[in-house]
Amino acid sequence: MTYLRPNFRHPDLPTNELGYTKKNYEGSLSTLCAGCGHDSISAAIVQACFELSIEPHKVAKLSGIGCSSKTPTYFLGNSHGFNSVHGRMPSVVTGANMANRDLIYIGVSGDGDTASIGMGQFVHAVRRSLNMTYIVENNGCYGLTKGQDSATADVGSKSKKGDANPFEGIDLAALALQLGASFVARSFSGDKEQLIPLLKAAIKHPGFAFIDVISPCVTFNNNPGSTKSYEFVRDHLQATGTVDFVPMRKEITTSYSAGTSQEVTLHDGSVIHLHKIDDKLDIHNRRSALDLIQEYKSESKILTGLLYMDKEPTDLHETIGTVHKPLRSLQEKELCPGNNVLQNINASFR
Amino acid sequence: MSKDAVLNRIESVNDFVIRFANVNGTGSASANNMFAKSIFRMGIPVSPKNIFPSNIQGLPTWYEVRVSEKGYVGRRGGIDIVVCVNPQSMAKDIQDVEPGGYFLYDSTKALDLRLMRRDIHFIGIPLTDICRKEYSDPRQRQLFKNVIYVGALAALLDIEFEVLTGLIADQFEGKEKLIAPNVHALELGFHYATENFQCPFGIRVKRCDNVGNAILIDGNTACGLGAIYGGATVAAWYPITPSTSVVDAYEMYAKRLRVCPASGKQNFAIVQAEDELAAIGMVIGANWNGARSFTATSGPGVSLMNEFLGLAYFAEIPAVLIDVQRTGPSTGMPTRTQQSDVFECAYASHGDTKQVCLFPSTPKECFEMTAQSFDLAERLQTPIILLTDLDLGMNDTMSEPLEWDDARAYDRGKVLTSEQLEDASERFGRYLDVDDDGICYRTYPGTHPTKGGFFTRGTSRDEYAVYTEDGAAYVRNMERLLKKWETAKSYVPAPEIINAEHGSNIGIIYFGTTRAAALEAVDHLIEDNIAVDALRIRAFPFNHEVEEFIAQHDTLFVIEQNRDGQMRSLIINECEINPAKLVAVLNYDGMPITARYIQNKVAGYLESANVEPLRRQAGHKAERN
Repeated sequence: MTYLRPNFRHPDLPTNELGYTKKNYEGSLSTLCAGCGHDSISAAIVQACFELSIEPHKVAKLSGIGCSSKTPTYFLGNSHGFNSVHGRMPSVVTGANMANRDLIYIGVSGDGDTASIGMGQFVHAVRRSLNMTYIVENNGCYGLTKGQDSATADVGSKSKKGDANPFEGIDLAALALQLGASFVARSFSGDKEQLIPLLKAAIKHPGFAFIDVISPCVTFNNNPGSTKSYEFVRDHLQATGTVDFVPMRKEITTSYSAGTSQEVTLHDGSVIHLHKIDDKLDIHNRRSALDLIQEYKSESKILTGLLYMDKEPTDLHETIGTVHKPLRSLQEKELCPGNNVLQNINASFR
Repeated sequence: MSKDAVLNRIESVNDFVIRFANVNGTGSASANNMFAKSIFRMGIPVSPKNIFPSNIQGLPTWYEVRVSEKGYVGRRGGIDIVVCVNPQSMAKDIQDVEPGGYFLYDSTKALDLRLMRRDIHFIGIPLTDICRKEYSDPRQRQLFKNVIYVGALAALLDIEFEVLTGLIADQFEGKEKLIAPNVHALELGFHYATENFQCPFGIRVKRCDNVGNAILIDGNTACGLGAIYGGATVAAWYPITPSTSVVDAYEMYAKRLRVCPASGKQNFAIVQAEDELAAIGMVIGANWNGARSFTATSGPGVSLMNEFLGLAYFAEIPAVLIDVQRTGPSTGMPTRTQQSDVFECAYASHGDTKQVCLFPSTPKECFEMTAQSFDLAERLQTPIILLTDLDLGMNDTMSEPLEWDDARAYDRGKVLTSEQLEDASERFGRYLDVDDDGICYRTYPGTHPTKGGFFTRGTSRDEYAVYTEDGAAYVRNMERLLKKWETAKSYVPAPEIINAEHGSNIGIIYFGTTRAAALEAVDHLIEDNIAVDALRIRAFPFNHEVEEFIAQHDTLFVIEQNRDGQMRSLIINECEINPAKLVAVLNYDGMPITARYIQNKVAGYLESANVEPLRRQAGHKAERN
């Protein structure tokens, strides 16, 4: 297998509003296993950023350690990336975001990286309402160390070795809801129709946006008995409805039947259009999302789609009260009070 | 004071050690500070040290003030006067007084006769009684008791009363109603002492002019100010004694000096992290993204930060970490001082790592080195660890005033701009050693749409930041990091060398807060005809002067405040020298090292080793140079 991507480009490749083709959003060739769900998510991120006409270098992509955390190399090759230490992506994004509030921050993590070693950092990034998109590529197992159960594996789910997991699985979407995340969604790597609009909405959301993406591990957790296999997930999916993300400036052309559809206008004028299947879900009500997750879980179903969204999220910069200019752009004249002031400070210590 | 005492009386002017024994949480700190500052304002050098428990209220706490006209601000050892307001610790406090010294106590309750010593002077003042008669509110009784004993000391030691009232006026500026009651409390003590004792007594103060334009400031405040002046915009931290007041000071001054006048918004961000791992992670993220960012912690925090410090070393990301050391290992003695994080910091993290460390000795150096750390971190693209300790960090320390050169520009290191990337003919390589100094060019995220992007990682990579497991590429990178380490030697602060008048074949080596006691010990050794040359280490990597100094001397005492002689071992590990020449002088009981201790250890060693510790001939010095 070659790891060189051909430079060939079709002259008629479609371009977005900035004149970039999809190729401008791609990264290096993936070294993950063929058929890995994570690669589909990378492709969805490429598509979402292309469609949103984001300047590729205005995104910073960060990750921890693990199969999922390798993926930022495989998308947005012109963006700066940071593969940090295991479970600590949230703190690195927090610092990066404090330094420059003008970039878009996409954090990619896995179920081991978030639900085990990095649980503490995940929890605190949510409660600080950091403006970022946090994607968990959730396969219920540790791939790089050969298939141990992770903390999101459902109780009773069988690993490749055939052992049933004796421990309760952690539902990261439910946890994010409880911790006050202002955007919570769940999706499936095999459902790009749903995943791409969700990613677009999450990226545009001016607060903490969390997406738990079930992403089967073809090598270690795609066996019968696993609740994170392609087959099981396809058979047990229950979408909250269809989601459309309509950027500002574009007309809403799709028509939706009244009663089950809901429109959410974002700060920049973009619109999220949600066509609900189950009218028990009110996406502005945390409790309704939590209840519905539980309800479907009791029927062994996985509820996907947009689960909750706060239209007026706060962002850590607002909470702290930092200037609008990125802190990293401030110069000596704004930062250093000078010697005269220092002499007054000296006088206060005499 | 019994009139018929036949014993010795310590008599001195402007040269003594006084210790206050209080109960934690009773408001004694501000009264004790006022005492120290009044002497400072009389132009007499002072060195107050707070010896406090890891407790909020109820346990014994002490405040030791050294008064030294000669300007010795390290601990001397021994106590001439104890002011005891805490019955819990009274037995030990009485034992601690030097023979001929003074024990001032609350005589409301008669002293236990079993505790009496015949070789010290007891001065009883009925503090509780005075308060009971004067105040009805229990809190007032407790607070003013402290002010009353300061008033009594003013009489006994001859402190200028108007200096004290001036301090009260300063302290309660804006709360003028509190001035009169505090002055009244001072008078209560003052009058009781003048009416009942011969004032001043054997030990006294006398105005002089030995303070100059010095300031009295703690090292943590100076570090916080250094971060303001050094341009830090992102502070991430987790509270831990004794470092907490670094970020407190940064925040206080930032709120005053770093608010955008137009918008009222902050030109800084402070994030209280969930733990030290997150704190250093945030610092690394912010620095990676082009902001100057720092954290402050103590030994346990550095332990937690180790993995991230390895990442920052290997991925070459600037970071500033202030480690205010305390007594380890583990939780150790959280409110006592030590210099025992040297190993932990110098080689922080797994794998082959070396971290740049700075060792300030004074508040002025805390300020300067903190500001300088941001330049060094960005110039060298690596973490800079500033190692202070509880003694320097939390105690008011006399210092030269802080200075800032307004012409100074921050050194942001090798960072390529969008224009430079646009004009470059070669492909950008994040880890290409273009200048042959081991330091490569970096770019901030978001600089250019198609050029200069790269992937930062803790895994091995090639010169273009592309992941690789090729052993040769890995080795090239590790060797370049060593080259950078060599380059660092020319950037970090050089050691301070003080040679004896005619030079000596004996040297002492020390760092950080050992400085004051070491320099005083050198003076006393000279009085005993033992001349020594002195070198103060200010940074790791060791500058070439350190190796030269060791080569020039036959016996060297490495004085430090830890059990294992960590700096001595670090020198042996890093320098081509004969380890047998390095004699460890170690104090690690949690209290700042004293001049007497150093003097006794050095003199004792030379005597027992039968070394001729005499001055070198003038000719020797000439040869050496």
